[in-house]
Amino acid sequence: MTKETKKKRGRAPANGAELIVDFFERNGVDLVFGYPGGAVIPLYDALHDGNAKHVLARHEQGAAHAADGFARASGRTGVVIATSGPGATNLVTGLANAHMDSVPLVAITGQVNTSSLGTDGFQEADIYGISIPITKYNYLVKNPADLEDVLAEAFFLAGTGRPGPVLIDVPRDIQTAPAKSNGKKTVSIPGYDPRPVPDDGEVEALAGAISRSRRPVFYVGGGASGEGVSETLLKLAEDSDIAVVSTLQAKGVFPDDRELSLGLPGMHGAKYANLAINESDLIIGLGVRFDDRVVGDVRGFAPLARVAHVDVDPAEIGKRVSVDIPVAGDLKLVLDRLAKTIKPSKKPAWRERLARLKSEHPLIVPESRGNLIKPQAAIRALSEATGGEAIIVTDVGQHQMWAAQFVTSTKPRRFLSSGGLGTMGFGLPASVGAALSGTGLPVALVSGDGSFQMTLQELATVRQYDIPVKILIIDNGCLGMVRQWQEFFFDKRYSQTVFEYNPDFSALAKVYGIPGKRVENPADLTDSVRELLETPGPGLLDVVCDGGENVLPMIPAGKGQTDFYEAEENPPRPS
Amino acid sequence: MKKIISLLVRNRPGVLSHVAGLVTRRAYNVESIAAGPTENRDITRITLVVAGDEKVLDQVIKQLRKLIDVIKIDAIPHENAMTGELALITVSFTPEKKTEIMSLIGLLGLTVKSIEKDRATVMIAGSAQSVDTAINGLAPFHIRAMARTGLVALPLDRDNF
Ligand SMILES: Cc1ncc(C[n+]2csc(CCOP(=O)(O)OP(=O)(O)O)c2C)c(N)n1
Ligand SMILES: [Mg+2]
Repeated sequence: MTKETKKKRGRAPANGAELIVDFFERNGVDLVFGYPGGAVIPLYDALHDGNAKHVLARHEQGAAHAADGFARASGRTGVVIATSGPGATNLVTGLANAHMDSVPLVAITGQVNTSSLGTDGFQEADIYGISIPITKYNYLVKNPADLEDVLAEAFFLAGTGRPGPVLIDVPRDIQTAPAKSNGKKTVSIPGYDPRPVPDDGEVEALAGAISRSRRPVFYVGGGASGEGVSETLLKLAEDSDIAVVSTLQAKGVFPDDRELSLGLPGMHGAKYANLAINESDLIIGLGVRFDDRVVGDVRGFAPLARVAHVDVDPAEIGKRVSVDIPVAGDLKLVLDRLAKTIKPSKKPAWRERLARLKSEHPLIVPESRGNLIKPQAAIRALSEATGGEAIIVTDVGQHQMWAAQFVTSTKPRRFLSSGGLGTMGFGLPASVGAALSGTGLPVALVSGDGSFQMTLQELATVRQYDIPVKILIIDNGCLGMVRQWQEFFFDKRYSQTVFEYNPDFSALAKVYGIPGKRVENPADLTDSVRELLETPGPGLLDVVCDGGENVLPMIPAGKGQTDFYEAEENPPRPS
Repeated sequence: MKKIISLLVRNRPGVLSHVAGLVTRRAYNVESIAAGPTENRDITRITLVVAGDEKVLDQVIKQLRKLIDVIKIDAIPHENAMTGELALITVSFTPEKKTEIMSLIGLLGLTVKSIEKDRATVMIAGSAQSVDTAINGLAPFHIRAMARTGLVALPLDRDNF
């Protein structure tokens, strides 16, 4: 359909579908991702005249991850639309992914007519029931008069408190039913506090603990990526010599290039990060979940430390690790108050100890064996070439952990990765969303040969909208992360983890009209990466890598903070 | 340890699914769950009896409080609660046992809802303990069917609600 045939509506909404589009316009939703189908034709008809731009993904999962990437990069709520039945069920992974990482999304699904609900009608799936455990909240609209309030509540819930995905299931007849705006502006939900104010006593207790601590560590998570947190965190840490470990979701909130930054903690964190936690006398969790990939064995976590936990979600406090100093409330409010209360205090001994840990246990990019590129070297080359001035998106696997280790991030929202759910296939569509999020930054994707094949259909989306995503494939010919576990814990029995066939990724890109290159020689690596980044528009670089490389250091699942796996021995299989 | 948890929730179509889904998903040990209207028709009261150690119960309460539809949540210690439960029990018996069972029903203070030559359905309303006593008393006969509502509760201190 050409632009000329599109006529802007410019009148009050007449039915439910138009009400939705009108709501978008009034609430600054200018970009949505989706995929049409029978149960959302009325909504797509209204969108056809609307001001919001719609990006047509090639799979609903892709649309959901794109909305997710948009939200992670911009901090705004992402919107995704899908039809009933299979369209809706295709959103499930995307919703679960956003839920685990607390990403604000609103998903709108079509549904069979209200009169057919529950009759196993054509393309009926109970997405309301299905999505209960993977959304912050969800709705099935049964009455046209409720629609506008539901939309307002949904956006309010998605973006406030601990953010998360909200799903609205809209039967087809609700979309076509006469409707008009009630013009209501405010939303209030009894018992729901969008910005919980911390208790003074709790904040004072934390301030006191920080002042008394000699070896403090901030343990920072995705909850800290909100507006204005980064600056205060930097000041607090630098003023009082507080070391900082950052989860995957918080990478860049505290600049990776600072002396006090210890990077990723936990399973694949640097030894110095875990050793610092082990020696610390005060761990201050900020918007984190004390996730098993970080904490390992709960009993052995930070044995010398008192644990403080600041979180907007009180249910996270004490969920896994016992907390001595709980602070429930909005993180920015808490940090602002701490910054006012705490007197700077230098801790030269701690700084010295941290520097020593860092120099004794550096993260190393290994030398090339034979003439094979080391995956870590490829990622380091990307990081150096972008110099922090790019959004780096990852997929899931070894390449993701190497990206966490070797990409230097200095700002929040510039490292996007599926943490909680660990969703292979997140990368490409999330890059699409990130590139359209209006940050003006270039977007580079670090993907794996396995992950990339899960959502590569979105290359068509990249081409159609000419989205300048720079795709780097760490092509190790295997499902590297699983292969690594098999090597370490399953007697090197590589069951179904080695690809006996892979497509030629550079040729594949070309089929989609995207420039594709392959690099195999370590000597060509830096130039190839630079060329990928400097060529305008989208591009793909297939980096053929050493397939035997492992992510180290490694603390095996459920082990203590300093139980580093020594790659040579073969420990007994985990039972 | 057991706790009575009393929830006031927005009276929405999916609210029971949200509450029930949460407790199963997080593998909490729920002994009973009872829902019904309150004096305000926009608000439903749900009473749960949950077993677990202090840490688990603390999590149950926090996770339930987080549900968007939950307006208020109270964990009521047993000693501070007015509680009640209702059960319907159908027993069957041979005709010669009828007199024996009728006197037992009288003794236990049960209300007879229906009676035939070889079966009777009785009702008891009272504390959880009195319901247990009635069931134990009837156990020697053949209990064919039983429906318990699960515990409902209000705190002794009404100002607290
Ligand atoms: C959808 C999905 N399926 C399976 C897994 C399990 N898994 C985790 S990492 C991994 C291997 C990923 O392979 P690849 O993308 O090539 O990355 P590599 O580890 O080789 O760098 C697999 C299969 C997952 N995380 N997500
Ligand atoms: Mg791979």
